[in-house]
Amino acid sequence: MITSQVHIEAHLIPILEKVSDPEIPVLTVLDLGVIREAVELNGVISIKLTPTYSGCPAMDVIGDDLTAAFAQQGKKVEVSLVLSPAWSTDWISEEGLKKMEIYGIARPLSETADKEALLGNKKLVKCTNCGSTNTHLVSQFGSTACKALFKCDDCQEPFDYFKCLK
Amino acid sequence: MENKNLYNYILGVADNSLILGQRLGELCGHGPSLETDIAGTNISLDLIGQTRSYYQYAARLMNDGRTEDDIAFLRLEREYKNVLLVEQPNTHFGYVMGRQYLFDVFHLMFLKELQGSKDDTLAAIATKGIKEVSYHKRFSGDWIKRLGDGTTESHQKMQEAIDDLWTYTDELFDMSDADKMLVSEGIGVDVSKLKKDYYREVSELLEEATLQVPDSTYFTRGGKKGIHSEHMGYLLADLQYMQRTYPNMEW
Repeated sequence: MITSQVHIEAHLIPILEKVSDPEIPVLTVLDLGVIREAVELNGVISIKLTPTYSGCPAMDVIGDDLTAAFAQQGKKVEVSLVLSPAWSTDWISEEGLKKMEIYGIARPLSETADKEALLGNKKLVKCTNCGSTNTHLVSQFGSTACKALFKCDDCQEPFDYFKCLK
Repeated sequence: MENKNLYNYILGVADNSLILGQRLGELCGHGPSLETDIAGTNISLDLIGQTRSYYQYAARLMNDGRTEDDIAFLRLEREYKNVLLVEQPNTHFGYVMGRQYLFDVFHLMFLKELQGSKDDTLAAIATKGIKEVSYHKRFSGDWIKRLGDGTTESHQKMQEAIDDLWTYTDELFDMSDADKMLVSEGIGVDVSKLKKDYYREVSELLEEATLQVPDSTYFTRGGKKGIHSEHMGYLLADLQYMQRTYPNMEW
C-alpha cells in the first residue's frame, strides 16, 4: 500500500527503480516505500527520503546511490531526509513483499499477529523455505534493525522475518 | 538566543541516547550469546540513529558551520548533559539489562510526551523513536523477569544491579534550566510529571520478576548539570579518540 502523500513524477520512476536497498538488494527504493517525493524542477531533481529505522545505515548509502544513478543520466539530485510521517511496513509494495519472500525474508504480519509471534511464541511466521508455520523465534533482533531471526521446525531452515513496524 | 535555548534543550535530550548507545556499542562482539550481542548492538544503532536526528537538527539551528559530528565528538565532559544512569559501566549482563530497562521506561514515557511538542522536528523524531523504544523496553523488561525469576545466582545478581542502579533513577525527573524554559514554550517535556507513573511501572515489573523494589531514598545526581561520574571520562576517551587524534577525519 502506497499512501497518498507520495508524490513521484512518472518520468523519474525508471531511474528510481534501478536503486536498491543495499541490505536487501532485491528490493528497489520504490518497493520499500522510502521515497516520499521525487520532482524535477529547473533541471534539478529533489528527492525526499524517509528512513526505515532511525539508525539504519542503509540510508546514507541509498542517498549516495540515488545521486549516482541520476548522475549517470546527467541529472543533478538533491536528497533530503524527512522523518514525518514515520515509515511503516505498510508502505512496502505487494510486489516488494513477494520479492522479499522469494529472497528468504518472511513478510511482516499484522500488528497483533506480529506481537504474538515475537512475544507470545505463537507459531504464525511462515517459513520462506517450505511454507510451514511450525517455526520458532530464535532472536528478537536480527542481522539488521528491521528483522528478527526465526527457525523452521519442519525443514530446519533458519530465516529472517521482517518485523511489523507501525 | 531563542535558538540557543532550544539547542541546549535538544542536547540534553540527545546526550542520553548517545551515551547509552556508546555503552551498548562497547559490547559489540562481547555479548553473552549471539542473540543478546545482536540485540545490544541493534538497540545501540537505534539510539545513535535517534541521536543523529537530534544533533543534525541542533546543528541546523546554530547555523554556524558546526556539524552533528562536532556536537557528538568535540565537546568537553562538562558540556555533556546526559543523566548519570546511562554512563554507568557494563559490568555484567544483568546490570546492562537493568540499566537499559530503567532508562527504557523513562525514555518511552518521555517520547510519548515529546510527540505532542509544538516543535515539528522534535515531534517527528519522537514519533519515529517510540516505535523503536517500545521494542527495546520489551526486550530489557523480559530479561529482568527472566533473570530475576531465574536461578538463585541470577536473582541475586539482578537484585544487586537494581539496588545499585536505583540511586541514579531520581535524576531522570530533574528539571534543568533548559527544560523549564522549553516546557513553558510548549516545546519541552515536563519530566517531573512522569515520576509517579515511572516508579509505578518499574515497581510492578520488579515484583513480577520476584525482585525487591529498593526502598532507599538516597539518590545521586549531577549529569544533567554536566557533573559526571568517574566513568564518563573513560567513556569519552574511547568515543572521541578518532576525532581527537585525527581532527576532521571522515570515514
